[in-house]
Parts: sequence; structure tokens; C-alpha cells
Amino acid sequence: MISIKNLSKQFKTKHQTVQAVDDVSIDIEKGEIYGVIGYSGAGKSTFIRLINRLEDPTEGEILLEDRDIARLRKGDLRKERQKIGMIFQHFNLLWSRTVFENISFPLEIAGVPREERERKVMELIELVGLKGREKSYPSQLSGGQKQRVGIARALANDPTVLLCDEATSALDPETTDDILDLLVSINEKLNLTIILITHEMHVIQKICHRVAVMEQGKVVEQGDVLDVFVKPQAKTTKRFVQQLSPLEHQKEHLQEFINDREDSEVVKLHFIGNNAKRALISEVSKKLDVAINILQGSISPTQEGAYGTLYVEINGEARLIKEAVDFIQSSGVEVEVLQHDE
Amino acid sequence: MMNELFPNVRMDQMWTATYETLYMTIISVIGTFILGILLGLLLFLTSRGNLWQNTLVNSITATLVNVFRAIPFIILILLLFPFTDFLMGTIRGPKAALPALIIGAAPFYARLVEIALKEVDKGVVEAAQSMGAKTRTIIFKVLLPESMPALISGITVTAIALISYTAMAGVIGAGGLGDLAYMQGFQRRDFDVVFACTIFIVVIVFVFQFIGDWVSRAIDKR
Repeated sequence: MISIKNLSKQFKTKHQTVQAVDDVSIDIEKGEIYGVIGYSGAGKSTFIRLINRLEDPTEGEILLEDRDIARLRKGDLRKERQKIGMIFQHFNLLWSRTVFENISFPLEIAGVPREERERKVMELIELVGLKGREKSYPSQLSGGQKQRVGIARALANDPTVLLCDEATSALDPETTDDILDLLVSINEKLNLTIILITHEMHVIQKICHRVAVMEQGKVVEQGDVLDVFVKPQAKTTKRFVQQLSPLEHQKEHLQEFINDREDSEVVKLHFIGNNAKRALISEVSKKLDVAINILQGSISPTQEGAYGTLYVEINGEARLIKEAVDFIQSSGVEVEVLQHDE
Repeated sequence: MMNELFPNVRMDQMWTATYETLYMTIISVIGTFILGILLGLLLFLTSRGNLWQNTLVNSITATLVNVFRAIPFIILILLLFPFTDFLMGTIRGPKAALPALIIGAAPFYARLVEIALKEVDKGVVEAAQSMGAKTRTIIFKVLLPESMPALISGITVTAIALISYTAMAGVIGAGGLGDLAYMQGFQRRDFDVVFACTIFIVVIVFVFQFIGDWVSRAIDKR
């Protein structure tokens, strides 16, 4: 539905040219939640601002339902922007307006008649769970409530896509989860396409279907969230994935279990989707004469299913250990045999 | 007791003068508010990185504002005599003071407006743009309402400066409490009149300050 082709943005100052976004091409399907992750300065913020032309692209196309946003004239762009909702890290609400009036603002811009506006605003207030707060001013709301107003405001003109610019980065972890749940429910209820940028892998894991990893203006990796999680290719991606699995930091604790003996191996198992729920370990130890000692484990839910990591030590005859590893592998679980670090 | 302390003060004169001072102040505050906001918006919008970015218009406006701010008010009145005569048909009385008062105070207020507009959160303007707002909508529904408390406290400061300007204008025949203090008080050495006029002006200043503070607080929902 959204097709971004060879998008680039250069910022020119007197002394230097900064390539903020460098030849980015991404296709986004209708109804999907697409995440862009990167460290600060990676160009993700500029990227999302190019989509509704808060920044003008230097090169490239942004096709939204076959209309190239990059080439729209001012008046057409204004009309098109009414169909692209956006929420912000710092909410950007008008403090001089109440919750009701803030949500009504985009409708005023679109020239919706008063009665229609009132009906729509009340509907949105209900949708984002702010009933009873319509007469409050933003200063009387918590961060999470402010972002709910932001979301309601962004949805007012029934947009085809919602852009989220670090929408949860100013919120505490619990409120972040509430807002993410709200985004998922909106995505499902309205079949709304959502593009979000973030520096938190947690956000990607929790709600995105697909993800692109940005570094120095370029997309270094993109794909389904689960694939990227399980087999991260780029170095930056690996670092992001590590954020989520605390086990990676404790790898050295495993060293004492790893040895050169033939009757003992330490293996790392990746469980994806339904496999994560299987009682695989007990199956193996019933089937084969090996002792399995669980060292560490973790499980993280994602939009596409759960994703788990488990470190186990398998003790037994070398032949049986190999058989056990093969059996686990054949059941669709990724196995990695750990060696001593040199 | 009033007669002993203020033997030369005639209340009918005092009230007429107070009325004239209030008339000059209120009309010129309204004029300054409108002209100052127009100039301030122009200064703000044409500055770098803003909606109407235009270096030429910006520097012309800024120069004009600076020049008029540099001219001492008493000289500005004299300079504007021909203009006042043309515009109002007279150079005497409270009405004749209005052009000079507004032209003298508007540049000062324009700078305060510019500062107030700069304080408006850029993110909010951006949010309005992302909703497809026209520049006019951004001015009237974002910039002005969001900066209103600062615009009000700015006009309060300016109004108080205007009250003292009206007194100066009084000296060259504009009427009002300044005129009365100078003509009836100072020229005739009736200092009780000067003193009474001072009290009246101080009270007017206090009232303006009080109203300004109250309005500014009432509309500030931050």
C-alpha cells in the first residue's frame, strides 16, 4: 500500500552536507504494523518525517495508494496530509485547548461541520479510553493520557496510515505497554496501517509485524520480526536483539559448563512460534538415555508468536547426544552447539 | 480636609482629565495591540526557518521597528505633527495624540509579540502542519491562542508605558492628567494639583496591571 523507493534526504549547511536518509526502499502492506529501529542519529526520525513531507525529500518516491507524495503540490499535499495521522514523542497537544477541542482540531482543519465534529470526537474519546476527561486541559493529564489524546487526534480524519514518531519514548514502561496495546487494538479494529520508529527493541517485539533496521541513513536489514530476531545479520541488529535477551549478557556464566569432554555438550535452542509451547525437553529425555540440565532460559512474546531461548547441558554417550541434537533439530527448533571461547 | 490638603484641585477638572487619559490609553492600547501583533507576526513568520522565511522583508521590518523604537517619544510626537494633522485634522486634544501613541508603542510591543511567538512549541506548529493546516489556520488557531498569556502580559507592560506617554503628550496639549499637572500644576506653581494628578495616574496604572495579570492568569491553562 505504501511503497517507498530510493528515498534520500540531504541536509546542506554552509560547511557540510549530511546524508540523513540514504537510498531507502521499503514496501508496507495495508493493515500491517511496520517498525523502523535505529540508534539516535540513524536517520529514522527524518525518514518518518519525509513520509508526510514535514521534510522535503531530496530524491525518491513515496507512493501512498499510487499517489506520489514526494511530488504533490502544496494544496494537494494539505489534503493528503489529512489522511496521514501522526503522533509524536512529546505529544504536541495545544495546551490552550481541552481534550475535546484538541481532538476536534484536525476536523476543523478538514472543514467538518460542528455537529459531525462533536459526534466524531465523542466516538474517538470512547475509542482511546478517555471518557469523562473531555473537558480537561492537557496539563491536567498524565503522559499516557496525553498520548491517548494524540492518538485520538491523529485518527480524527479516518487516516489510511498512522505515523508514530517515538510515540512511547517519553513514557514509563508500564504506560508504554498500555499505549502499545491501544495501537494494536486500533490496528486490528480499523485495519489501520501503522509505521512507527523507535530505539527500543521491546516496542518492535511487542507490536510490529515487520521491521527495518537503520544505520547511518541506510536500511541495513529488514524482514519479519521473528526472522530478524532469530537470525539477526547486521551488527546493529544483533545489538538490538541483545537488548531483549538478558541471557546474552550472561554468556560468560555458561563457560564453566562448556568443556571438551565428549559426554557433555552445552547447546542453545531457539524456539519459535508454537514450538515454544512444546514440552520438548521431557520428550527428548524420555526417548533417549541422556540427562538434560537446564542452565538458562527466556521467552518473549511477539506479534507473530512467541520466541524463546534455552541453554541446556546434555550429558550422556556422545552418540546419544548427537541423536538428541538431531531429534531437536528435526522438530523445527534451531540448535546451536556452544564451543569453548578461545 | 480635601480643601486644606488640595486647595487648588477642582474635581470636575480632575475627572475630565482622567477621562481624557483613559480615552487615550484605551484606544491606543487597542491600536497598539492590533498593529503590534501584525508587525510581530511579520517579524516572526519571515525569520529563518519559519513559514514565510524571507530575509528581505524580515530585515526591512526589523529596521523599521528598531528606528521607531529609537526615537524618544516626545520627539516622535513633534515629527508626526504633519501626519497627525493630515490624519485627524487637528494637532490638539486627546484624539490628536493617538497616532503618535500607537506608532510609538507598536514597535515596542511588536518585539514582545515576536518573543511570545518564539516561545510557542515548534512541535505544536508541526503537528498542525501534519494535519494539513493552512498558514492562516496555524496563525489564528495555534500561534496566537498558544501565546495569548504572553501577549496579554506584554500588552499590560505596553499599556503602562502608554499611560506615561499620554502624560508626556499632555505637556504639548493633548489633554489628560499630564496636561493638567503641567498647565494647572507646574506652570501656576500649584503643586497640590501635580500631586493629585500623580495619585490618579498611579491608581490607573495599578488598575491596568491588576486587570492584565488577572486575564493572563485566567487564560493560562499550562
